[in-house]
Amino acid sequence: MSPLVTAPALDVEKVRKDFPALERLVHGDRPLVYLDNAATSQKPRQVLDALDDYYARHNANVHRGIHVLAEEATALYEGARDKVARFVNAAEPAEIVFTKNSTEALNLVSNVLGHAGPRGLGPGDEVVITEMEHHSNIVPWQLVTQRTGATLSWFSLTDEGRLDLSRIDSVITERTKVVSFVLVSNILGTVNPPEELVRRAHEVGALVVVDASQAAPHMPLDVQALGADLVAFTGHKMCGPTGIGVLWGRRGLLEELPPFLGGGEMIEMVTMATSTYAAVPHKFEAGTPPIAQAVGLGAAVDYLTALGMDAVHAHEQRITAYALERLQQVEGLRIIGPATTDQRGAAVSFAVGDLHPHDVGQVLDELGIAVRVGHHCARPVCLRYGVPATTRASFYLYNTEAEVDALVAGLEHVQRFFGPAAGGAR
Amino acid sequence: MNLESMYQEIILDHYRNPHHRGLRDPFDAEVHHVNPTCGDEVTLRVRLADDGSTVEDVSYESLGCSISMASVSVMTDLVVGKPLARATEAYDAFLALMRAKGDTGALVEADEELLEDAVAFEGVSKYPARIKCALLGWMAWKDATAQAVAADAGRDAMTEESA
Repeated sequence: MSPLVTAPALDVEKVRKDFPALERLVHGDRPLVYLDNAATSQKPRQVLDALDDYYARHNANVHRGIHVLAEEATALYEGARDKVARFVNAAEPAEIVFTKNSTEALNLVSNVLGHAGPRGLGPGDEVVITEMEHHSNIVPWQLVTQRTGATLSWFSLTDEGRLDLSRIDSVITERTKVVSFVLVSNILGTVNPPEELVRRAHEVGALVVVDASQAAPHMPLDVQALGADLVAFTGHKMCGPTGIGVLWGRRGLLEELPPFLGGGEMIEMVTMATSTYAAVPHKFEAGTPPIAQAVGLGAAVDYLTALGMDAVHAHEQRITAYALERLQQVEGLRIIGPATTDQRGAAVSFAVGDLHPHDVGQVLDELGIAVRVGHHCARPVCLRYGVPATTRASFYLYNTEAEVDALVAGLEHVQRFFGPAAGGAR
Repeated sequence: MNLESMYQEIILDHYRNPHHRGLRDPFDAEVHHVNPTCGDEVTLRVRLADDGSTVEDVSYESLGCSISMASVSVMTDLVVGKPLARATEAYDAFLALMRAKGDTGALVEADEELLEDAVAFEGVSKYPARIKCALLGWMAWKDATAQAVAADAGRDAMTEESA
């Protein structure tokens, strides 16, 4: 996504010292090897301090009250919005809607498109997604198409773990109203090509929704350059707290869409019979928002910006390249997804012979190595590649080559533990 | 905590060489249970004796981790050919074992006799994420058996009506 050569190198040892959780020992005396970053990242001291400082000194409700704390809390909350807007190069902070997480952001979009109106879905309309979506970008579209009588269709996948765009013009048609796709797959690691999808979607007048949950934490994200209409991502995968996510949308579009949740904060004027709504983004932020979490996300964005997203991305590419090379030396191991770093993120799924991922993960855990096992909320991908589940190692800015070595040694231990009959290429 | 407490040799034996595997006819009820967190699946059939008093056969196909595969194998050993009441006692004892959270005192002698190979799963109860794996086959059996009993009762009622 960005030229790697210009990126200043990341001082990983220095970065690691910012993350208290990485100093933990588990199961007695095992140093933690945390390779579950696609599920959630660890948090740097800077984010923990921001949360602590907010609650200790500035805690108040936002956008109301004229006392000192209320004004400080509001400034911190809106300041976090400004930081996030700069981080993704939004045209203005009003285009940043705070949500609970990516899931809520995507449900917001699918729900408001289910209302009557110029953008509203109905019989004969189509929503197009892909077979590599997280369940959070499948189920909301199933719900809204079932409710409105619209049709859901999707791009299938190639054997190499890429989107099959060979029939793009017959999948995205004149009837397509929404195209929603993941920028970086949480299970395959694939980085999808937004240009082709955006071009075709806009050609037929469809809205483009992008799930950037696995992109925003790992690479420079420029929502204007991306060309999409709506982009969702979440704070906790990018060094921020849980409970805070982001929906970015073009201002004109956000203004056009009806509100999602009703309540305080999102109104302009209320009578018993009807209401008018606040300007964006507050129209989409009913109730007391996750204030401390937004402030924490702002601190996370500051942290990542100071390191440089180019540097973060370059580091992850290096670690991922090393991991792909070393993992493929493990006997009977099969990578599920692209086997090189070309258009690929830092989540690496694999199968170890016939061993079930749950058993692999359990033995790795005993060695202090944290990986994710299961279908990673992307069960259709497991079905596509004929595996019940996968083991997934996912890397981030603080992971090292030594941790990749520990993973590989751990996998060899797993194979010895269960014996060749269970773990080898049978 | 040591891993051998979970992966006892007896469990690995059942995993490598499962008992009663395959789907067989005739059967009174078939169920499909999944463990959505990790993708374990089991399709399981129950055949009760005509008077409903005995578990005549339990057959299954399963896909999953060693714990879930071994557990369903051990379970079939404990219920196939047994009086339904006895099999249900084994189910209750296994459920209690899984809820013991590794408290070794929880396993009384009577249960050990009832559970046979299944006592090897005591170590699994210390791992909350794996308890569901160990219970998958048992839950499927319980569900299929309840359906078989209900089907039996339905047939009896019809027989009485027609009589």
